[in-house]
Amino acid sequence: MEAFLSNIDRVVDGFSWTVRLTLISALLSFVLGILLTAMRASPVPLLRGIATVYVEGIRSTPLTLVLLFCGLGLNSALGVALADSVQWDVFWWAVIGLSAYTACFVSESLRAGINTIPLGQVEAARSLGLTFTQNLRLIVLPQALRTVVGPLGSVLIALTKNTTVASVAGLGVQEASREMKLMFDQGVAPVLPTFVGFALGFLILILPTGYFFNWLSKRVAVVR
Amino acid sequence: MSTQSTVLFDAPGPKARARNAVYTVVTLILAAVGLAVLYLGFNQTLTDRATPLFHPDTWAVNPDGQWAADMWSPFLRAETWTAYVIPGLQNTLTAALTASVLALVFGLVFGIGRLSEHAWIRIPAGAVVEFFRGIPLLILIFFTMALPIVAWQVFDIPTGTFQVTALAAVVTGLTLYNGSVLAEVFRAGILAVPKGQSEAAQAIGMSRNQTMWVVLIPQAVTAMMPAIVAQLVVLLKDSALGYIVAFPELLRSFTLLATRESNVIPAAIVCAVIYIVINLALSRLAIWLERRNSRRGRATAKPVTTEGGPIDPAGSTGTAVETKVQEPLPRTLAEDDGDTSAKKE
Repeated sequence: MEAFLSNIDRVVDGFSWTVRLTLISALLSFVLGILLTAMRASPVPLLRGIATVYVEGIRSTPLTLVLLFCGLGLNSALGVALADSVQWDVFWWAVIGLSAYTACFVSESLRAGINTIPLGQVEAARSLGLTFTQNLRLIVLPQALRTVVGPLGSVLIALTKNTTVASVAGLGVQEASREMKLMFDQGVAPVLPTFVGFALGFLILILPTGYFFNWLSKRVAVVR
Repeated sequence: MSTQSTVLFDAPGPKARARNAVYTVVTLILAAVGLAVLYLGFNQTLTDRATPLFHPDTWAVNPDGQWAADMWSPFLRAETWTAYVIPGLQNTLTAALTASVLALVFGLVFGIGRLSEHAWIRIPAGAVVEFFRGIPLLILIFFTMALPIVAWQVFDIPTGTFQVTALAAVVTGLTLYNGSVLAEVFRAGILAVPKGQSEAAQAIGMSRNQTMWVVLIPQAVTAMMPAIVAQLVVLLKDSALGYIVAFPELLRSFTLLATRESNVIPAAIVCAVIYIVINLALSRLAIWLERRNSRRGRATAKPVTTEGGPIDPAGSTGTAVETKVQEPLPRTLAEDDGDTSAKKE
């Protein structure tokens, strides 16, 4: 255990990347998810089609493949450096991949939330003469968001765990799981305490998130 | 698309139709630009081109780019399929099927364990489930791969006594993680069976075990079938993590192929299509099962397919699955009005 604790700065560094990946991807995927949901509910058939194909397609693709595609495919094909250092360049590509993937699950949750809104709400809004965007912005999304706080919390937890996949070839973000693998391979500390330490680290990130969203979902629940 | 999403707007009049047409055109233009950037990017004429952007040479298929026929022709050769794709698919399915069966057993054992009346079973079972549900699958796989080192460091068993193959590591990881999620699914399903069922079972003198196996579990499994299938889709997708520990599954074979033929993009596209077809077929199965349940007027869990587990209103701390009697949508109300009311009591 002492050997593990003497390397605690590496552990903290690994988790700092995990947290950064999680927070930025969460923000981006939330915005993209709302956009996709709006597209899927919109009066324009083409927008609906594009959003549906995107969500269904990416949702059925393994995250590993999505991130590999970002790391090996897009990165070299577009020839765009997203940052000056390699470290940050792969970080931003990982953020793009994770957001593109997670947005599908955000969108699915939101759509389920929209389906729980009583028909009368939307009909009342329409009879008042609200347009589609007003309807979505003022009536539907505020209610839908409140009902899906819990599911969105699960999506965030899944995202936290999914950041570990950003260590795949082609990206290799130095996040917690990669740091753990390196510490295994370099033999700087016994394997068992290292594993327990990293597992505890993830539990420390994930359990409070779960409790918080559980509390929040009850706090904002719509009584029907 | 449910009926609800389409009631967000009125049937378009002349003005709205014109506006929608404008939106359609704008979308088309944006989509075309996006696709063009991708096309040129993978054609390798986006950044390092000799000709101006709108010159025909820029848009012609570049023999060095990813769209060249040479890049796609490997998929027309039987050898590609027999040497790469099919063995990869076999390994993926082997890992996924083995892990599915083991995860279902694990889930059943620990799901029931968490409902035990003995605290010495209930608490450890809960701890195990919460632990494996809370940590990423990947570090579990890494740890399983490192087990021989653990054996050496902790128990002084010389390394080389036993080996952990990549397949074993992947199956172990998938089993423990998805088994824990399934344990929560089973637990939620058993808890969602109406109380009268177990009371009736006790009233006719069934033991707790009999009540569980004869009355509660069959009903819980039927109700939870969509959630179970959805979790198996997650499991199949997660088996692609085997790529990272060099398990020769589908994704790995495609990357090997891509390295040999240097056709990264065609390989990625074909690989994605295979995964999408398999997963969509499984998702359809989940939807079909849910419809069948609702036709029979049974309570059913929604087939939620959040990555990493069913949508979990309680975060990682409470009950896993939203158990719900069919939502009172007009369509379903008309269909199984009598049955749902019969079901509720």
